[in-house]
Amino acid sequence: MGIASGIFEQTNDQRFDPTGVERFTYHLYLLRAQASTHLKVDQINHFIDNIGEANLLMNFAGTISEQKVNAILTDLEQRLEETEPEFKKQRKVYNILVETLQNLYHHTEKLEQYTVKDGDTNRDVVFMLGKTEAEYSILAANYIKNSNIPSLRSRLDKINAMDKDELRGFYKEVLNNGQYSEHGGGGLGMIDIARKSGNKLDYEFDEVNEDFSLFALRIKV
Amino acid sequence: MDSIIIEGTPKTPTVQFSAETGVLEIAGRSIPENAVEFYKPLVDWIGEYGSAAKDNTEVNIRLEYFNTSSSKCILDVFKKLESINGQTNITINWYFEEDDEDMLEAGEDYEAIINIPFKMVEIEEI
Repeated sequence: MGIASGIFEQTNDQRFDPTGVERFTYHLYLLRAQASTHLKVDQINHFIDNIGEANLLMNFAGTISEQKVNAILTDLEQRLEETEPEFKKQRKVYNILVETLQNLYHHTEKLEQYTVKDGDTNRDVVFMLGKTEAEYSILAANYIKNSNIPSLRSRLDKINAMDKDELRGFYKEVLNNGQYSEHGGGGLGMIDIARKSGNKLDYEFDEVNEDFSLFALRIKV
Repeated sequence: MDSIIIEGTPKTPTVQFSAETGVLEIAGRSIPENAVEFYKPLVDWIGEYGSAAKDNTEVNIRLEYFNTSSSKCILDVFKKLESINGQTNITINWYFEEDDEDMLEAGEDYEAIINIPFKMVEIEEI
C-alpha cells in the first residue's frame, strides 16, 4: 500500500514488521508521506501527531490476511503483556484489538479486488495502535464503497447515541435476533467495541473517487 | 455415545463434553475467525445427548474471552441446552475472573435470554 508497504515488502514478505517500535521513526516518516500523497486522510496524520512517535506500539499498512491477523495478534498480546501492568486492561485492550482486526479482515477478504488509487486496492487496510499515559488509541482504516456509507454511518451514529445500558440492551437484541453473517458475528462487532471501550466511536469517511472512500475508525480504550 | 474432547489452541477453547458423567465444559479463549464451524458439532452433540442424558447435567463455561463471531454460537449452545432441559436437569456455571466485569456482564446477558438458571462463579484465575 503506497510507499510504506513498498519498504515493508523489501524487508519482509508479509509486509508486517514485528520490530515496529525500534524502526518506528522511519515508519512514521513513511506513513506521513503516504497519508499526504495517497490516503489523504487527516485522521491518520492527526492520529500520529496525537500519539507521539515514542508511543506507537504497532502499525500495519497493506493487504490483510488470516495469517497476518494471527501474526499481529500474537505480537500484540506479547507486547501488551510487557507494557501494560494492569491485567484487566490487558485483556480488555486485547479483546478490542481482536474484534477490530477481525473486522478489517472480514470486510476485505471477500471483496473482488479493484485498484482504488495510485496502486492501492480496495483490500488494503491501515491498522495502528498507540499508547499514551491516559489511554490506548486504535486506528483502523479500510476502503468502502460509497454506496455502503449511509448504512454504516447510521449504524455508528445509532451506537454513539446510546448510553451504557442502551448499548447493552442493543447488544442483547442483536445477539438474539437469529441472524448470522457468514462468519457468525451477525453485526455485533461495532456494538461490542463501543461497549468494551466505554467511549464513542470516532469515525471519518474520506472520499477517494466516485466509487470508494476510506473509512477510518478511531477507538480509545 | 461418544464424548467430545477437543484440545484448546490460541484461538479456540478446550472442550470436554462427557455423556457418561453429564459434565460439559468449554474453557480457554474463543476467538476464531469463523466460529460457526467450531461450534456446530457441539450443538449437534447436545441434541443427541438429550435423548440419552443423565438426570443432572453440569455445564461449565470458563472463558478468558471470546469474539463476537463466537457470541451467537455460544448462544446456540445454550439454546440447544434449553431445548433438552426437560430431559435432564441442567445447571450452568459461568466462571469469570475477579473484577472482570466484561465477562460477568457477558454471562448475565446470556442468562437474561436463556431459561436455565446460571450460577455466576467468581474465581481468582481462569
